[in-house]
Amino acid sequence: MRRFLADARLVAAKDLRIEARSRVVLNQVAPFALLVLVLFGFALDADQRTLRAFAPGLFWVAVLLCALLAVQRSVSVEQADGALTGLRLSGISPAALFIGKAAAVFVQLVVLEVLLTAGIIVLYGSEIEQPLLVVATGLLAAVAVACTGTLYGALASGLGVRETLLPILLLPVLAPVLIGATRAFDDALGNAAVDGWAWLGLLAVFAVVATAGGALAHGALVEE
Amino acid sequence: MVELNAAVALLGRFPALTGVDLRIEAGETVLLQGPNGAGKTTLLRLCAGLLAPESGNVSVLGHDLTTGSERRAVRRRVGLLGHSTGLYEDLTVAENVRFWARAAGLDAEPSVERVVGAIQRLGLDDGLLDLPVHRLSAGQRRRTSLAALVVRRPDLWLLDEPHAGLDQAGRNVVDTLIGDAVAAGGTVVVSSHELERVRSLSPRVVTLAGGAVHRDTGS
Repeated sequence: MRRFLADARLVAAKDLRIEARSRVVLNQVAPFALLVLVLFGFALDADQRTLRAFAPGLFWVAVLLCALLAVQRSVSVEQADGALTGLRLSGISPAALFIGKAAAVFVQLVVLEVLLTAGIIVLYGSEIEQPLLVVATGLLAAVAVACTGTLYGALASGLGVRETLLPILLLPVLAPVLIGATRAFDDALGNAAVDGWAWLGLLAVFAVVATAGGALAHGALVEE
Repeated sequence: MVELNAAVALLGRFPALTGVDLRIEAGETVLLQGPNGAGKTTLLRLCAGLLAPESGNVSVLGHDLTTGSERRAVRRRVGLLGHSTGLYEDLTVAENVRFWARAAGLDAEPSVERVVGAIQRLGLDDGLLDLPVHRLSAGQRRRTSLAALVVRRPDLWLLDEPHAGLDQAGRNVVDTLIGDAVAAGGTVVVSSHELERVRSLSPRVVTLAGGAVHRDTGS
């Protein structure tokens, strides 16, 4: 178990260090996320009441679009010069590799969620009525998206399919996360009379299944 | 140390190795040669535990590689230099060498001296230590990749075209490295097209053709 955690931490730290150096999330994905929010504003006629009403859905669609970029980046880092073969050869267990890579994507998603939360407050005039529900939803949804994305990234990479196919594979699977997180945010932002905590349960189940399923299935995807 | 009996390995559905019989003793240096597509790279990947044998027996460092758990177990004891360098472009030379040492199971962070020593041994300048890999030349990348192996001190060295992309000085460094590895008790298998150069390293030359051993000067 100690070896497992050490390997996962090593992989996560490596991915985050690469991200800190390349600044792809900071210089490319984060501006893209804000641009998506602005474009939604243009599309919905910049009426703040409408924007406020749709803010939860727009927020999570923006998160999923950014997640696609983060996952593709996470996969391409290992493919660039045969690093994945090196990782297989290193003896790091596929489950530890999965947890490490998913953890790095998770951290990046949380940063983007913070940025997008500020974005909907400033651009759409949203108000947070239940901060705890916002934080819990953001964390659980980030776990679910990071784990599912890492698994499907490995699947797309292992099958040798074009990375443009990743959205087609991944987004339908993440539909329950989009629905659950949007409903929870509807409650947290005071947009609709729904029980956000109940929807949080759906997210928690999805996150647990994605983490356990990903850790178990990742080996079959990275092994030849 | 390494023993293959009627080993068959597939690349997709294509039989890249069609029945290899080979025995390599501990501390031996073996040179693999053969035309492109003869199965040299596949043989090295099979010995590294990256491929499962389709049939036959493969034993490396006491591990029976017909089972998945044994293939994973042997990987940490083997150092494979493949066609790609396996380096991360945005990490520095020192960070790459340290990462791969830790990933290979070295319990503690390798000391700075050990990392610097490995890098110097490969003829890389100290000034390159903190340079990101994307700023290195192809030859410097190759040497960095080798330095990552040197830090790990594997029991079995599998070197696929180790001289490729290196200048004369770099090639000499690789030859010295192979000699040092053998002197330290390691076993080395080198695949190369540069016959004259590698023949000076070992009298044993195994020639592959059509996925099988065609000639073995050591048998």
